Amino acid sequence: MSALLEATGVAVEYHRTGAPPLRAVDLADLTLARGEILGLVGESGCGKSTLGRAVVGLQPTVAGEIRFDGRPVAPLGLRRRPADMRGLQMVFQDPYASLNPRRLVGDQVGDGYLLGGTSKAEARRRAAELLERVGLPADAVKRYPHEFSGGQRQRIAIARTLAAEPSCIIADEPISALDASAQASVANLLVELVRELDMGLVFISHDLSVVRQIADRTAVMYLGRVVEVGPTLQVWSEPAHPYTKALISAVPRADGAGVLPVELPGDVPDPSRPPGGCRFHPRCPVALPSCAQDDPPLRILRDGRSAACVLAK
Amino acid sequence: MGTLLEVEDLTVWLATRNGPRKAVDGLSFRVDSGEVFGIAGESGSGKTMTAMALLGLLPHAARTTGRAVFEGRDLLSMRPRELRDVRGRSIAMVSQDPSTSLHPMLSIETQVTEHMRHHLGIGKSEARGRAVELLSTVRIPDPERALRAHPAQFSGGMRQRIAIAVALACEPRLLLADEPTTALDVTVQAGILRLLHRLRLERDLAVVVITHDLGVMSAVADRICVMYGGRTAEVGPRETVLTHPRHPYTRGLLDALPHPEGGAATLRPIPGSPPSLGAVPEGCPFHPRCAFAVDSCREERPEPALVGSDHRVACPPDPLGDTLGDTA
Repeated sequence: MSALLEATGVAVEYHRTGAPPLRAVDLADLTLARGEILGLVGESGCGKSTLGRAVVGLQPTVAGEIRFDGRPVAPLGLRRRPADMRGLQMVFQDPYASLNPRRLVGDQVGDGYLLGGTSKAEARRRAAELLERVGLPADAVKRYPHEFSGGQRQRIAIARTLAAEPSCIIADEPISALDASAQASVANLLVELVRELDMGLVFISHDLSVVRQIADRTAVMYLGRVVEVGPTLQVWSEPAHPYTKALISAVPRADGAGVLPVELPGDVPDPSRPPGGCRFHPRCPVALPSCAQDDPPLRILRDGRSAACVLAK
Repeated sequence: MGTLLEVEDLTVWLATRNGPRKAVDGLSFRVDSGEVFGIAGESGSGKTMTAMALLGLLPHAARTTGRAVFEGRDLLSMRPRELRDVRGRSIAMVSQDPSTSLHPMLSIETQVTEHMRHHLGIGKSEARGRAVELLSTVRIPDPERALRAHPAQFSGGMRQRIAIAVALACEPRLLLADEPTTALDVTVQAGILRLLHRLRLERDLAVVVITHDLGVMSAVADRICVMYGGRTAEVGPRETVLTHPRHPYTRGLLDALPHPEGGAATLRPIPGSPPSLGAVPEGCPFHPRCAFAVDSCREERPEPALVGSDHRVACPPDPLGDTLGDTA
């Protein structure tokens, strides 16, 4: 299976006045195949959103290579994006901020078609089709974003990316601003679309249980690095990295048993001064003395699994 | 264990452009001393308004009816002056977002000691000593130094611990925690939940936890009230409500959760969306979204009725009553 999206050794730095640059993503690797859902999880500040923005070209990188469909992804600039990059699209977290409140929904959704060279009338007709496809009434084209609920707005935002006929979507926390019942239905919609249109989807989320439910593969990030990747079911049933294990056991279950989730001691260190050696070693329950010196690379284990831990087998 | 707070027929009217609307509609529940009572529901179900009504912190022009008896006195009929003595002293609150509930420009010392000095009338150095103790209780490393710091110098989880220390300063009997972990990562959340659990054991503190997260409920609550459209759908012991729900809404919420064993292809959402303020349907507020609705659900407002030991359900047709123990 050739990769649809491939990122190798990606690093992103944020420059701040009066402080050393902050390396939000440091040598992260990611691959995504067609028809595949990759869940990208981690605590806030781990760099998952930055990595997501970097792979679509919204964030300049300082190192590494990103290829989409075999071609390098260049950071977005003032010039119009090359046509072959239109297949790479993004869905943002907050549908209240990502839609223009003063433009008709139909016009916003139709933009993707207009850029593809269709006529105005045709773009509007196809926008109506798309809105129906994502589960909205056809008359939505002639309405404004404020007339819709959060879940419906996120559907509009998804329809908007679909108009560009993408083969790969990066969705950054697409359901975390929504109500519980809307979350489930928007997540289901994304899964259906991926399967039906044979797209690739990177689903960035802090909600581990949703990722577990929908992702084919899961990548876990810690402090700017991808520390574990593998098929979702295996990653969950036998996590190879101690951080993955800690994350999973911190999720409370609604089983009525009254079991307190397991606490991971310590805070995420300041990303501008990451600890030496393995970045997780100060919080790691099974750290060896050597972990304070050696920084383990992401190493292939078996069955498509990799982990960045010396103890991983 | 005695009853600490007894809420009877609480109704909260909020002023809207179209006149007063009920945000909470005839809610009754009790909180025993030293227990963790959970209030669950989606946004707009009235759970936050319930907490605000108890503390007299409702928006201007809101009205309440009903009673909320706390240690023998009705909070709802208290004069503002009397309520000020209760609020922050016997009843304290922790809100969702510690970055807005703590003042960014004031030192931690000022914020932890302020109402200690106001309510308990103690001096600066005594208050300071207590603040150090409190911060170490909530596991803030190096409390002496933390007192001189400002909120921005702490992570979100640490800030929430400080907000809890502020709430505990006057040794309240009841803590209202409104979505105390929603803004936090799961690993940090686990720490806060463990802290709440420990405080409640060590201090005989009753906690009302308001959250939409049934996983959080399951971890800390002794009893759970599920709210919908400003009313009680179901209330009962944690294990009963989460493993043998009798209200179709509770069942729907549980079914919408990702399955704990994973694997199943799709999530099962509840169709439709929760009613907005002033648009709560007649009859049972849940009937338009309920798969089991019958004619009477459209007309009669169901009251919570006892169906088992301390377990009340507002669903007269009781479609889940026969499926005892079935929670596949």
